Amino acid sequence: MIWIDTILQGVLLGGLYALFAAGLSLVFGIMRLVNLAHGDLIVLAAFVILIIMSSLGLGPFMAALIAAPIMFAVGWALQTYVLNRVLGDDILPPLLVTFGLSVVIQNGLLEVFSADSQKLSAGSIEAQSLTLGPVAVGVMPLLTLVMAVVVILALNYLFFHTALGRAFRATSDDAVTAGLMGVRPDNIFAIATGLAMVVATISALFLGIRANFDPSIGPARLLYAFEAVIIGGLGSLWGTLVGGIIIGIAQALGAAINPAWQILAGHLAFVLILLFRPRGLFPRAND
Amino acid sequence: MTEPLLATHGLTAHYGDFQALFGVDIKVEEGETIAIIGANGAGKSTLMRAITGLLPSASEAVRFRGEAIGTLPAPEILERGISMVPEGRKLFPSLSVEENLLIGAHAREGNGYWTLERVFEVVPVLRERRHHPGTALSGGQQQMVAIGRALMSNPDVLLCDEVSLGLAPVVIKEIYGSFPQIKGSGAAIVVVEQDIGQAMKVADRVYCMMEGWVTLEGCPADLPRDAIHNAYFGVNA
Amino acid sequence: MPETLFRTMMIRGFGLLAVLMLFVVPVIGSRAMVQDLFGVLTLLVLALNWNLLAGFAGLVSVGQQAFVGLGAYTMFACVILLDVDPLWGILAGGAVAMIVAVPVAIFTFRLSGAYFAIATWVLAEIVRLVLAQWKALGGGTGTSLPKGTTKDMWGVQWLKDTLDVSSSAASDALTYWLALVLALGTLAAAYVFLRSKAGLGLQAIRDNVGAARSVGVDPTRLKAWIFLLTAAGTGVCGALLFIQITRVTPEAAFSVVDWKAFVIFITVIGGVGTLPGPIVGVIVFYILQRTLADYGTIYLIVLGLIGIAVMLFAHRGLWGLFADKTGIELLPLRHLPPRSAHSS
Repeated sequence: MIWIDTILQGVLLGGLYALFAAGLSLVFGIMRLVNLAHGDLIVLAAFVILIIMSSLGLGPFMAALIAAPIMFAVGWALQTYVLNRVLGDDILPPLLVTFGLSVVIQNGLLEVFSADSQKLSAGSIEAQSLTLGPVAVGVMPLLTLVMAVVVILALNYLFFHTALGRAFRATSDDAVTAGLMGVRPDNIFAIATGLAMVVATISALFLGIRANFDPSIGPARLLYAFEAVIIGGLGSLWGTLVGGIIIGIAQALGAAINPAWQILAGHLAFVLILLFRPRGLFPRAND
Repeated sequence: MTEPLLATHGLTAHYGDFQALFGVDIKVEEGETIAIIGANGAGKSTLMRAITGLLPSASEAVRFRGEAIGTLPAPEILERGISMVPEGRKLFPSLSVEENLLIGAHAREGNGYWTLERVFEVVPVLRERRHHPGTALSGGQQQMVAIGRALMSNPDVLLCDEVSLGLAPVVIKEIYGSFPQIKGSGAAIVVVEQDIGQAMKVADRVYCMMEGWVTLEGCPADLPRDAIHNAYFGVNA
Repeated sequence: MPETLFRTMMIRGFGLLAVLMLFVVPVIGSRAMVQDLFGVLTLLVLALNWNLLAGFAGLVSVGQQAFVGLGAYTMFACVILLDVDPLWGILAGGAVAMIVAVPVAIFTFRLSGAYFAIATWVLAEIVRLVLAQWKALGGGTGTSLPKGTTKDMWGVQWLKDTLDVSSSAASDALTYWLALVLALGTLAAAYVFLRSKAGLGLQAIRDNVGAARSVGVDPTRLKAWIFLLTAAGTGVCGALLFIQITRVTPEAAFSVVDWKAFVIFITVIGGVGTLPGPIVGVIVFYILQRTLADYGTIYLIVLGLIGIAVMLFAHRGLWGLFADKTGIELLPLRHLPPRSAHSS
């Protein structure tokens, strides 16, 4: 019975990781950009929500609604003025620029907000739990997983059933030919990063309600998210969900054996899967 | 004298240190069909790339409807009404046949003669296979998708880069069979061809290129075969 | 251009003079200066190694802190568990780093660009988490070198007598000279390698993937060797660093800021993919550190912003800018040395 509970907790944790990873997967899939600052941008979004909550006296969900367009603008500007300038065949420049951004954002937040732990308080919902047969699950963790599924459904709809999604896929296939069709790749990339930041805001909301956060936690969360994206396979959003859940279960199982092994178990699961599937579980056919 | 619809003036183009075009002058009048012929490496595709904004050129080197467009990027050229069927078709593998066509109208729908329905009327087989990936079709069908995709923006000038390359004669005939309807929609057509016979049949005027220069121009009827031969292969070939 | 040649000779002359002065620092300089410069030299070694990897071999690893930590922990294991001289621990640190690099390479080389980078990071985390379990070396809280270890190090007693200083100053001087020799050795090795036929082939590959075959170099094999050798160099440097620091914890040994962020910024600011880049970078880094050290995190923010600006506006860093402006090539890599020109 304890094992069912552990695995269930792992699945729910995986929901959070999948939420972190969904925005990353979008950007990675469209422009092959490894954004090493994504984790710190999620933390930034959490602080933006926090500021809105305290200055306007709103709850976290309402505050996130206001934070989302702000973060979209941040992502759009970041892509337009910085990242588009370094995108190309060579992965080194974008990697190093986003690494620099990661350090700047993290230390900027540290400078402004100090290293104190923060939390987005959502009231009584945090403590509520549901009894599902033999096990009890928290409402918030369940809501996080549901949100991850909703976000992925929404992104998939956007990707496969809208004109914008069509332009995303065409640009991802062949940006030069897409330009011949009147698609502006720079613009497409800016919108994609803006959307990724909206997803980052949603992740920040659930991260901040479930656990304490401080300016330094970005990179570790980013790593789990990257593991989820890579395990899932480039450009497959459902793969990203599966990847997140695998990391979550591995961490939960590791922690059940020995608390010190939680993170290690997640990393080992990543290595093990890539050992047998170097392109992830659900790679795109034409990459 | 009024300016032609599309014209290049002393157009040059480079790939790094390599100069591929040496002062090319061509003009395209409204509704005209132009053929650009020449051997491999004559600079035909480079000319297409320069006109569509894929290769940088001087601002005044390309003029369209009285506007200097030489330095504009590809999307803005398309918005002004020049679209291209690129060499090698370049369909998007992640997009279905229908989506490949629709993306052609992403930025511009123009006067609206060409719609998804119109393309399907001209090439009914595409309607049947509309949900297949574009790249799952036969070569000839893929070429029809690529042409349809370029038409979806209802261009004033349609550039076709080597549309018959690698296709069976019967398929080529089918493709060129659709040209009268394209002309009927009001678009001027520029075809880049290695197949001289095919080019002569459809074109109002012909330009022949060799090693980055225009070596001959005129109406097909006025051009003797040996003049074309010389312009194509070099004088003493 | 005789003027350029003259300036090149001038800079080389200054370089030589600087090296000579660096050698006498422990004799004439203060102990604080020795310790400062030790930090600079070790960062230079790490940056030279990372530059070879990311700038020349196209292996963009963000997990090289794994080998710093491995070197450090191996040296500690040698001293505490085997009771041998820490100097042997340095060699062992390099060897263990290189041995661990073998499975790491086998795993990561199957992954392409971005996946490679992330995988190196994950593996560095794994190494850190595993070593944090090693109870004999203090587990998660770490451990210190036994008292007197550095005093009993080979050569320290002799230095103490010769220079007439305290034994801790003597051990600082010894680690300093080792760091200097390691830095010069790494620089010389990189120079010789990059001018060799294989090294020139590697640069041809970097600049044009298609050139790989025509150059007659097996890129994967060559890159694998670079990966192993830079791992060894990084491990040696890690061991040396922690002889001087004398205390190891998983956080310090695998520090993301010290052994990853600093190293990457130094290389990027100086000029990634240029041989003198890390030297220029480490000088800029040192100056910034001295002026901004009191401002804590501001220092990292400034470093990050400069790194971003360099990547956006001057791809090949400060050295690249300088070389383009002046035409000076301090350590020219472009011209084939006569011998290999004939052999091809």
